[in-house]
Amino acid sequence: MSLSHTLLGLLERGPRHGYDLKQEFDAQFGQDRPLHYGQVYATLARLLKNGLVEVDAVEHGGGPERKRYAITASGVSDVAKWLSQPERPEAYLNSTLYTKVVLALLTGRDAAAILDVQRAAHLDLMRELTRRKTRGDLADALICDHAIFHLEADLRWLELTSARLDRLAEKVRS
Amino acid sequence: MTGEAPLLSARDLHKTYGPTPALDGVSMDVRAGEIVAVMGPSGSGKSTLMHCLAGIVRPDAGELRYRDRNLITASDAERSALRRREFGFVFQFGQLVPELTCLENVALPLRMEGVRRGEAERRAAHWLDRLDVADVAGKRPGQVSGGQGQRVAVARALVTDPAVVFADEPTGALDSLNGELVMRLLTECVEQSGTAVVLVTHEPAVAAYSHREVVMRDGRIRTSAGMVQ
Amino acid sequence: MTGGPASGAGWVRQLAFGVRLAFRGGATGWTRVALTATAVGLGVAFLLLAASVPNLLSARDARESARVDYLQHLERRGDDTLLLGFVDTQFHGIRIRGRLLQPEGPAAPVPPGLTALPRPGEMVVSPALAALLSAPGSELLRTRLDYRIVGQIEDEGLSGPGEFAFYAGSDRLEGWSGVQRLNAFGDPTPGDGLSPRLMLLVIVAFVVLLTPVVIFIAAAVRFGGESRDRRLAALRLMGADRRMTRRYAAGEALAGGLLGLAVGVVLFLAGRQLIGRFTLWDISVFPADARPSLPLAVSIAGAVPALAVTVSLGVLRKIAVEPLGVVRRSAQGRRRLWWRLLLPFAGLALLAPLFGGRADTDGQLARVQVGGGAVLLLVGVVTLLPWLVEAVVRRIGGGGGVSWQLAVRRIQLDSASSARLVSGVAVAVAGAIALQTLVAGVESVSVQDTGADLHRAQVNVVLSEGATFAEAKKITSRFAATPGVRSVTGTATSIGLVAGTDQDVPFIMGACPDLREMAEITRCRPGDVFITEHDPESSDAPEPPRPGQQVTVEDATWTIPATVTRVKGRRSPDGGVWRGAVLATPEAAADLAAKPLRLSLYLGLDRSDPDAVELVRNTAAEISPLTQVYGIQEVQVDDKFAGIVRGILVGTVAILLLIGASMLATTLDQLRERRALLAALTAFGARRGMLTRATLWQMAVPVALGLVPAVLIGTGLGLALLAMLGLPLHVSPANLLVTVSAGAGVVALVTLASLPVQLRLMRPEGLRTE
Ligand SMILES: Nc1ncnc2c1ncn2[C@@H]1O[C@H](COP(=O)(O)OP(=O)(O)OP(=O)(O)O)[C@@H](O)[C@H]1O
Ligand SMILES: [Mg+2]
Repeated sequence: MSLSHTLLGLLERGPRHGYDLKQEFDAQFGQDRPLHYGQVYATLARLLKNGLVEVDAVEHGGGPERKRYAITASGVSDVAKWLSQPERPEAYLNSTLYTKVVLALLTGRDAAAILDVQRAAHLDLMRELTRRKTRGDLADALICDHAIFHLEADLRWLELTSARLDRLAEKVRS
Repeated sequence: MTGEAPLLSARDLHKTYGPTPALDGVSMDVRAGEIVAVMGPSGSGKSTLMHCLAGIVRPDAGELRYRDRNLITASDAERSALRRREFGFVFQFGQLVPELTCLENVALPLRMEGVRRGEAERRAAHWLDRLDVADVAGKRPGQVSGGQGQRVAVARALVTDPAVVFADEPTGALDSLNGELVMRLLTECVEQSGTAVVLVTHEPAVAAYSHREVVMRDGRIRTSAGMVQ
Repeated sequence: MTGGPASGAGWVRQLAFGVRLAFRGGATGWTRVALTATAVGLGVAFLLLAASVPNLLSARDARESARVDYLQHLERRGDDTLLLGFVDTQFHGIRIRGRLLQPEGPAAPVPPGLTALPRPGEMVVSPALAALLSAPGSELLRTRLDYRIVGQIEDEGLSGPGEFAFYAGSDRLEGWSGVQRLNAFGDPTPGDGLSPRLMLLVIVAFVVLLTPVVIFIAAAVRFGGESRDRRLAALRLMGADRRMTRRYAAGEALAGGLLGLAVGVVLFLAGRQLIGRFTLWDISVFPADARPSLPLAVSIAGAVPALAVTVSLGVLRKIAVEPLGVVRRSAQGRRRLWWRLLLPFAGLALLAPLFGGRADTDGQLARVQVGGGAVLLLVGVVTLLPWLVEAVVRRIGGGGGVSWQLAVRRIQLDSASSARLVSGVAVAVAGAIALQTLVAGVESVSVQDTGADLHRAQVNVVLSEGATFAEAKKITSRFAATPGVRSVTGTATSIGLVAGTDQDVPFIMGACPDLREMAEITRCRPGDVFITEHDPESSDAPEPPRPGQQVTVEDATWTIPATVTRVKGRRSPDGGVWRGAVLATPEAAADLAAKPLRLSLYLGLDRSDPDAVELVRNTAAEISPLTQVYGIQEVQVDDKFAGIVRGILVGTVAILLLIGASMLATTLDQLRERRALLAALTAFGARRGMLTRATLWQMAVPVALGLVPAVLIGTGLGLALLAMLGLPLHVSPANLLVTVSAGAGVVALVTLASLPVQLRLMRPEGLRTE
């Protein structure tokens, strides 16, 4: 999963201080492993260098780092591109997908479309594997099946999530 | 394949049962030889769409053509004849006549078309053989396993050399190994004969046998990914 | 389910649990119980009705014999005597019992149902007649019964609530012929009512009508058996053992049987209220008389639940309820024929000793023998049928269309239930055929061709009290002047005694044209006399009187003139022939012409005018209330007998319809079970016609097979009964055809009635179920 895209997405909702950004990330995606502030700082610095964010204001006094960051136009289109592109189907990508869905909901984008695109990508890979499986020998079949079953689990998750988008949106926005 | 006119072409189909629409403006094409998976959650209108495409149910509104025939205006008799001659069907269960042997079941569509019994059973035996269930020909459906029964059903759907096979959850009652066998044999057979398949399923592994999928939700098609190759 | 299956309390608890189980299963459970209870109830109501017949008949007999008025012929008038004239009449086919009463003293008897004798010019009528008289369109009857209504006849004076009857007062009965003098009503020694021969017929009729009802009840208990089996399998999964499942099943059947019994009682009580409103063949019944006889009612109450339990346990014997579902114990090998033949042969063996009409068919034992034999023969149809269906269908091979193949395979797979489906029809048809064969045989001796010629005349008017020739002429012209009358011929008749012998000689007086109706006379002038010949066949007929012999007629002596001509008798319009009778023109016997002789007129009517005969009756009543008017019939049927014949017909039809209803329920059940299949086949493009034809074949084949033993056994039973009565053996193909068609018709009807459901099940909704 891409931290820079996630932070960008969070910034899209409005300018934030780095520390607020960390707090918000932890609340939405951190669950049991809160992000280290240093990583946030480093990522933001890279985004700043690439012109995807800009420093909106600097507050004086108080803590060591009081820069407020805002997303730039190219930052917004970078987030959009990332969200609309399916992930390469592979095992255990749920957390990325989850992040994407939540971000889409937070930024008022079509979260269902993300799932649809992802489903199509997953199915395409499954088709490929299925084709390989039916043409190949037993060893191929077993290897392909392993992948297929994992993909299938993802697809199940996709289905379930698309069925629960409304509830998720409520929770995320509250 | 893209240049060819579609076999089945549906535009803006609507079908309502009671208060909620089961189909709410569905458009899709089925081209010769392609396998289209219809996916979506339960109650999203997959079966209804399939029934409409196959001329089993008449949509409330919309356009529906098979080759050059208008299925909306066709009479019940015309649609029945079309189903007998051009379409084949596989359902999840309850489709084999329990009193007839498997061979007689497979021969049934041919017999309904007036093919003589001997000829019909000869062709039926051929298809049972292709689906690897020649050994159950003389048994009744109640005496064979679910997987064998479903392969008999596939043989019955294919015995008339249909242009389109409609399959509604054909592996719904089978384990993955048997489901896979049924799907593999089905796709092999249709690839050789150039038969199109409309495959209603909610199982991704089954949908993976298709060339493309159509995803339904609340009576609408969500997305139609581009055809592969 | 604790407390071991063997303990008594557990036993009862399991039975009770089964009873409760019957009502479980939501709406479908309830409909199943309701269906069973209704069907059983219908059967029970029918049985209760049959059980009421003895009381019904005896109550009716008691009332009828209490009012018998034709036995006494007292010579002398007294304080306690009553003159009574029979003035029965008809009105548009309705028979009206009428009596004229004239008391000769203060203690004259009052007929039952009356509180006092009506005075001259007054009458007391039955409720039915009162209604008829006040109905529009009865003007002609009102003119005829021109008395003031002063009261109604109470129930005890009527044979049934629908009887049309009146008692009218008179003061002119004295000295009229045909009038009787009596001092009491009632038959002091009432007879059996039915002759032994008719009694036998009634017993067989009951057996024949009730056996299918019992079979119907047995079928009703099996309604919804599939879902019951599934429920029991679920209980097995939870740990019930086989014996416990049997008790649950017994409890469930008991529930259906008991509920059906209750429904039957309610239906019977409700139907009893309606029964008084109907009049069939001039017979109507008081609801209060329709009381089931106690022993019969008790046996019904015991037998129906017992039957329910037996049947459902019998079904369980053929299947094994295993935890994962129901296994039919199918591969039992072929059905054996020998024991199936045992029943009909046992039946024949019971009947055989009675053959030849020698045995005493009157006795109690004979009745049991006949009833038992008939039951065994009929039940033989039920036991033979599964074997026959299996044996025949097994041999049916390829050939035929798809619908035929579907039907045949279906029957092959489960020939037992196919046979069961139609066994009721087969038994009903067999019974009806037996009765009809018997009836046709009895008919050949008790129904006689009267030889009447309806082209010459349709009505015979008889004035028993007599008229002189001059009066007769006037009467004749009054009838001739009645609208609708085309022709009138009439003769005066009497019986004379040849002097010096005890030989009777009929004496007939009429004008030449009238005499020509009675004999083949070529030339006739006033003053001529003729004698008709005797039947040449009967050797012991006396010689007709010769010329010169003296004949005493009505106290007058008259000599047969030498000019008398011998002629051949001719059938009169009502079919009778005068043989050895003297036919005289009035000029030849002036003395007698002045005496009142019994007058008989033949009237030809305008047959297109239904009122013509009523107008004739009115004219007759004006001339004298005692004038009798008869319609001329081509055949004469024993009245009681005709009622029984019609009863059999109506009963058979009623039972066939009852059975049809149960067939329909079973068929719909089977169709519903197959809704997914039907819908799938429709998706395949199967033509509706093909599937409905398959359903038709599937019914028609077992029915056709069922009708074979039905015809054989039915005819056999009928012939056996005829042989027993010593009657000529005779089979009427026409009757066979009618009955067989009725049975086949019911099946066609059931198929037709199931079509809408079948068509509905073939719609794509069926694809959604499971
Ligand atoms: N014959 C019918 N009568 C009433 N409602 C119907 C009928 N057929 C379909 N529906 C309704 O239309 C909607 C779509 O049903 P459909 O059977 O097409 O769904 P599906 O996608 O096939 O679901 P599943 O995966 O469960 O088979 C549902 O809400 C269903 O209740
Ligand atoms: Mg469906």
